[in-house]
Amino acid sequence: MGFMEQPLAEARAPHWLQSLQARGQSRWSAGKLPTRRTENWKYTPLTGLRDDYRVAAASDVAPAKLPDALAQGLGGTRLVFVDGVYQPSLSSVELPEGLQLCRFADASDAQAALIAEHLDTLVGGQAEPFASLNTATLRDGVFLHVAANADVQTPVHLLWLVRAADAPTAISQRVLVLAESGSRATVVEQFLSLNGAEASFTSGVTELKLEANAKLHHYRLHEESGEAIHIGAVHARLERDANLDSFHLALGSRLKRVDVVVHHAGPGAHADLNGVYLPRGDEHIDYHTTIEHAVPHCTTDEVFRGIVGDKATAVFNGRIHIHPDAQKTRAELSNRNLLTSTEAEVNTKPELEIYADDVQCAHGATVARIDDLALHYLRTRGVSRDEAEVMLSFGFINELIDGMALEPLREYLRPLLAKRFARDDTLARHLL
Amino acid sequence: MLKIQNLHARVEGKDILRGLDLQIGPGEVHAIMGPNGSGKSTLGHVLAGRPGYEVTDGSVTYRGEDLLAMDTEERARSGVFLAFQYPVEIPGVSNMEFLKASVDAVRESRGDAALDAVTFMKRAREACKAADLPVDFLKRGVNEGFSGGEKKRNELIQMMLLEPSLCLLDETDSGLDIDALQVVAKGVNSLRDGKRSFVLVTHYQRLLNYIEPDHVHVLAGGRIVRSGDKSLALDLEERGYAWLEDEVA
Ligand SMILES: Nc1ncnc2c1ncn2[C@@H]1O[C@H](COP(=O)(O)OP(=O)(O)OP(=O)(O)O)[C@@H](O)[C@H]1O
Ligand SMILES: [Mg+2]
Repeated sequence: MGFMEQPLAEARAPHWLQSLQARGQSRWSAGKLPTRRTENWKYTPLTGLRDDYRVAAASDVAPAKLPDALAQGLGGTRLVFVDGVYQPSLSSVELPEGLQLCRFADASDAQAALIAEHLDTLVGGQAEPFASLNTATLRDGVFLHVAANADVQTPVHLLWLVRAADAPTAISQRVLVLAESGSRATVVEQFLSLNGAEASFTSGVTELKLEANAKLHHYRLHEESGEAIHIGAVHARLERDANLDSFHLALGSRLKRVDVVVHHAGPGAHADLNGVYLPRGDEHIDYHTTIEHAVPHCTTDEVFRGIVGDKATAVFNGRIHIHPDAQKTRAELSNRNLLTSTEAEVNTKPELEIYADDVQCAHGATVARIDDLALHYLRTRGVSRDEAEVMLSFGFINELIDGMALEPLREYLRPLLAKRFARDDTLARHLL
Repeated sequence: MLKIQNLHARVEGKDILRGLDLQIGPGEVHAIMGPNGSGKSTLGHVLAGRPGYEVTDGSVTYRGEDLLAMDTEERARSGVFLAFQYPVEIPGVSNMEFLKASVDAVRESRGDAALDAVTFMKRAREACKAADLPVDFLKRGVNEGFSGGEKKRNELIQMMLLEPSLCLLDETDSGLDIDALQVVAKGVNSLRDGKRSFVLVTHYQRLLNYIEPDHVHVLAGGRIVRSGDKSLALDLEERGYAWLEDEVA
């Protein structure tokens, strides 16, 4: 068997998506897997990919219990999937006015027409083989449709639990968000391992379309652990005066690669793009972000921070591309990294490509170790070295967590992340 | 309380302290003055255990124990407090969490029960008031973006909350306006209880108008070259250090 052979053979998109799927399959089979010589994949070897991933059959997926920290939920609609299979018993769907949500499999004719019209329009042209693979192996997806001027206060929480207990499991997920003009909404994508160590391959591709003056809060949390591999992408297109606030988190596992592409397509659009990556052990995380400033008067604020421990490796590649017409662009990109061990490694590369002359751009990347003087200062106040290190590590990303607009998510993440830096929980007690 | 004998210390391969002797009894206030670069801050850092400050000779006994054998945090827990000349900014770590972590650590080592959140908050507010720093500063990152004077006030807040036995204040009065000088003086005077000892490093006799020292020392070239009572500070104010350096040479 070859990589993803069984999932490809068993791909079952709804009939109205089958021509799209066929296109994905032919693109995938015509393409080649990236190697270390592929520029975009230079620091992310694909040696962990297996040949025996299988799609879980709905009947094989036993119901799961939600992890305690999530039981309370984020206070809105929640769709839960286990190994890619929808779990109605764990989900709760209460749709406020102006919000439509469906799985591709359940789409009404009108929804199907919209999905068919918009899906793959942001990803399709890309040479990226894993995007083709997602379309090629598509089984289910989620469509979120925010009506014009709807002001949706509660978040939509999409939770993909990975169990993969019986065999290495392939999960292919697709999300399409259509935020009509003047609408406001919040969507949380969360990927989480249930038991930890099992091998899985997830392809999660999300397309966000923001029409004029729409505002979307978007969160994408990767908490798969152990042997999990995720190669996914988020593509966003912002029309005039649209505003995207997108937050990314990745805890490490065998391999994670997430491409985030934001396309400013209408003047006055603004994107806040923030991210945190925290690999340790021998984990690997790779974020590639691309901001396309295609039109004038758009702004971008991008901040990614990583803490890399043990023998872990991380890649951050942040590209800002300012097209010739994109005058009066303001774009700022900052990537800071903290290495907490001598064997940890990060490859960071901010890339500015500017073809307009009247623009304001700044970018910077740093790689540093724990600040000795700060550590000493804390110790002169009686704080133990271990606790001081936990405080300084958490402090390095705290600002980004504090900046998250969605409070229940902040409250979920704060203890999770604080404890992550601590060998035992008492070392994190002052951060909780 | 503290006995320093023949202390030699080196930073980055450079000998800074060269045979420093100093003895501080319980409840005493000592002022240390001296030219820039003479080693005053180095002394503070050596006592607080800063990495890179290598002791090459001599001894420091604190309450009968070898201070130099203790880890930095142990020194703090046993009651040694250094108010930094240049307090360190730690973005991302909130002042409040930092203060609570310190107070808990110090109390725990003394066998005192941890303060509950309400009591701690109350004390922290009182300390802010005494140091004349708005309570909002507790929510900010440790010293993050604080002005020079605000950082010094934050050091005082830490000192008041930690209730150390030996307080080393390294130019806590520098960069402060006249009103703030009184704040420092009040802070120190309110902590004077006959047992707690103070070492005030200062360039200005002014401070000593508000905090009356028992002893004044001049540190030059890495040693104490002259000790006296508070009148020595007045002499220095008038005549500078040159006459002393000549004498020593
Ligand atoms: N990390 C270091 N590397 C090299 N030299 C240092 C270092 N720290 C201190 N020194 C040097 O040691 C000497 C003493 O410095 P110290 O800070 O103790 O002086 P000070 O008496 O506190 O001066 P001031 O009154 O200006 O605060 C100075 O010459 C200084 O340049
Ligand atoms: Mg000094």
